[in-house]
Amino acid sequence: MIGAPVTGEWIDIGPVTQISPGNARTLPVQGGEEIAIFHTMDNQFYALVNKCPHKHGPLSQGIVHGTVVTCPLHSWNISLKTGEAQGDDKGCVPTIPVRVDAGRIYLLREALVTARAPEKAA
Amino acid sequence: MAAQGLNGARERLVVIGNGMAGCRAVEEILARDATRYAITIFGAEPRVNYNRIMLSPVLAGEKAFEDIIINTQEWYDANGITLVSGDAVVSIDRATCTVTSASGRVEAYDRLLIATGSEPFIIPVPGKDLEGVVAFRDLDDVDKMLAAADKGGDAVVIGGGLLGLEAAHGLSLRGMKVTVIHLMPTLMERQLDEAAGFLLKSELERRGQTILTGADTAEIIGEGGKVAGVRLKDGREIAASIVVMAVGIRPSTALAKSAGLTVERGIVVDDHMVTSDPAILSVGECVQHRGTCYGLVAPLWDMCRSLAEGATGGEAPYSGSVTSTKLKVSGIDLFSAGDFSGGEGCEDIVMRDAARGIYKRVVVKDNRLIGAVLYGDTADGSWYFDLLKREEDISDIREALIFGQAFAQGGGALADPNAAVAALSDDAEICGCNGVTKGKVVDTILGGACSLDMVRSQCKASASCGSCTGLVESLLALTLGDEVKSGPKTMCKCTSFSHDDVRRQIVEKELKAIPAVMQALTWKTPDGCASCRPALNYYLLCAWPGEYVDDQKSRFVNERMHANIQKDGTYSVVPRMWGGVTTPNELRAIADAADKYEARLVKVTGGQRIDLFGIKKEDLPAIWADLNAAGMVSGHAYGKSLRTVKTCVGSEWCRFGTQDSTGLGIKTEQMTWGSWMPHKFKIAVSGCPRNCAEATIKDFGVICVDSGYELHVGGNGGIHLRGTDLLCKVETESQALDMCAAFIQLYREQAWYLERTAPWIERVGLDYVKAQLLDDPEAVSRLAARFRYSQQFMQDDPWARRAAGEDAELHQHLAEFRPFPKPRLLENAQ
Repeated sequence: MIGAPVTGEWIDIGPVTQISPGNARTLPVQGGEEIAIFHTMDNQFYALVNKCPHKHGPLSQGIVHGTVVTCPLHSWNISLKTGEAQGDDKGCVPTIPVRVDAGRIYLLREALVTARAPEKAA
Repeated sequence: MAAQGLNGARERLVVIGNGMAGCRAVEEILARDATRYAITIFGAEPRVNYNRIMLSPVLAGEKAFEDIIINTQEWYDANGITLVSGDAVVSIDRATCTVTSASGRVEAYDRLLIATGSEPFIIPVPGKDLEGVVAFRDLDDVDKMLAAADKGGDAVVIGGGLLGLEAAHGLSLRGMKVTVIHLMPTLMERQLDEAAGFLLKSELERRGQTILTGADTAEIIGEGGKVAGVRLKDGREIAASIVVMAVGIRPSTALAKSAGLTVERGIVVDDHMVTSDPAILSVGECVQHRGTCYGLVAPLWDMCRSLAEGATGGEAPYSGSVTSTKLKVSGIDLFSAGDFSGGEGCEDIVMRDAARGIYKRVVVKDNRLIGAVLYGDTADGSWYFDLLKREEDISDIREALIFGQAFAQGGGALADPNAAVAALSDDAEICGCNGVTKGKVVDTILGGACSLDMVRSQCKASASCGSCTGLVESLLALTLGDEVKSGPKTMCKCTSFSHDDVRRQIVEKELKAIPAVMQALTWKTPDGCASCRPALNYYLLCAWPGEYVDDQKSRFVNERMHANIQKDGTYSVVPRMWGGVTTPNELRAIADAADKYEARLVKVTGGQRIDLFGIKKEDLPAIWADLNAAGMVSGHAYGKSLRTVKTCVGSEWCRFGTQDSTGLGIKTEQMTWGSWMPHKFKIAVSGCPRNCAEATIKDFGVICVDSGYELHVGGNGGIHLRGTDLLCKVETESQALDMCAAFIQLYREQAWYLERTAPWIERVGLDYVKAQLLDDPEAVSRLAARFRYSQQFMQDDPWARRAAGEDAELHQHLAEFRPFPKPRLLENAQ
């Protein structure tokens, strides 16, 4: 987790073992955006709206290296920590605060419900 | 409050917990005001206070219990402390300000300190209560382990974290055959990154321990009430006369909770360790401070200081701790601290010395050190930790930071790595693997070697393990200044080696896992990038058929999903049609599948097959199962692999046909399907020179003629149209098949990842390819044999495995979140 402690209601989405390191899985949100939850090789967990800011490629299907995921459609590199496109690409996808406690993954409800996909890049 | 102390009547301080935190807090209070409190300490264990973190050396036989006692009975007596040991407190009554112990003893307090620490987490599996299942928390546990070790035999440790590995080490030293079962793929995953975890696992295995990662315990098997072994969820059974559960700890909060204090994960405390009841303090592993619970000893000291200040009228708020970890396993040096997850604005500085088994990684952000992982050489651990805690600006020493304190603080000239290399004598050895001195490297450079690669090929410096690459680069810069030629395309920014060098060393050094390659070839990043991971995965798969375990997470999405991702995130599915031949039954099954899974487009491909578009990832295993049931397998239309073998109808039907091109095409496809390659690979067989199958723009093309088969290679119909080159002409089908297998294997073994045959042949030259295949009469059969050997592991329909449930999680959502609809706001009513 980054920055100041985030407060609010945390939604338990199950044990950490559901996502092996280097992989991601998805969580559809009814009336909202599908969320991609990542488990990095360093055993950190991150959650992003599952849409690349470029052409809405499913980030959950990209290769994870360090704290970056490479989008499967056009290889944009997206920071898992901030959702920002890396390098010369410009764009940002909303992140969802994640907490891991006693082997379970929690996402901040408010962010889950309100996150919206960015406009596709031109 | 301080007035009471002056009045003579001491305040009564009752401490629950005679462990490290409770006693340390008392020591800190006494040091500030020795007369303020009358102190009573309750301890559940029947002994004085000892250093719990030294239980590992006691188990390993390196220390005795006497060596790890912190406070003897004399200390309690000298400070007028009443020690009630072996009698746990069972309840707190906040209304009457009293505690009651198991034996019924009631003690009144003015201030209460809860230091109940933590309790081992016991995984709720059948057999957890059997005799011989122990935790690793106190001296009683150690005694049980020692008793088991006296009898010898097998031990299982569940949990590959700090505690579990120390337990395993101790039992192993005591002569037991130890198996460590760890749920996660990386040992000590909370403290180590993948690279360091891999090195640790290799070293422990070298020492004779069996390490099972990604292993989930299903049951502890008993025999006559005693432990007999452990069964994993995958069915494996491991015999054991003792099972140590070391999967983690939980703050011990039951007492506080039943007393009505605010408890979340731990007992919630403020910056002076005061709980929700101002009369009650809490400290140690049982507390939760600013949202964090600690499971290490170092934060205790800071907590106890703040607690004592607060409890004696002072002020020194606790603001949380940055923690570091060292593994207490003799001979294994391992250190980690801070946040090493990297990311935005973070820079990783990685040093790997393969020859000495060293991996160092420091993470820098905004010119501050924020994390470090050290394996093999931890001498600078405390220095890094100090830089980290003091948040010191490291911009002046950044260049030399990874080399450690001595080098970085050598000051001025020495802090510049180039200057440090310049200061070396000519006799100084640069490359330990090949015994090359600085003088020789400089001479080679002056003799005309103006790039890293030229130095490598001419004097062998840095040509083996590569750990001196940085030194050689410095020498190039020093000797030539701006004239240094940047080496020929390295694989990616993560390494200074070219594709060829990496492939050669994978074989020479027998590297059989991605982290092993990264360590041995001194990768500059902890876990590579989206370019090198798939390349390494392929190189390893090609070098070690049947041995290397494919790394799914290093594959592009299409190869991981066995289907082609489309722009809307759905997939397209292409079943194999051998030689482009199908049947009414197959077509019916395809049509049914297209209906059932709502394919939005059914398209005939350029490779003579049928493509179903718009299939959802959740539906993939089901559609594959249906296609499998009709006898069809994956077409690998998504892979860097053999795609299709396109054919014409040939002599069976065509009035111009000279050979059975369809039949040969089917045989070729049956021989080559499923093989992973550097890039996609297309084959065609035309029955006559009219070439209806367009064989001369394929990677391997056959043109049948009356007298036999013309074999063509290196064609490409893509962005750069390239017609094939004629490789040779053969007389029989079996010669054509052998040559096809040999050519593919040569391409598989020598081309760079993502290099099609056309650019490969342009790069190495047709003459080279011909020489490799045609000069030595045995070459074709050797290459073909290697290809066929590899194929026996590859020709396993991936769709069938997925349809049977393998990797099901790749196709399923984690869950679905349906937020309860919010009541509509009465905006319109206003």
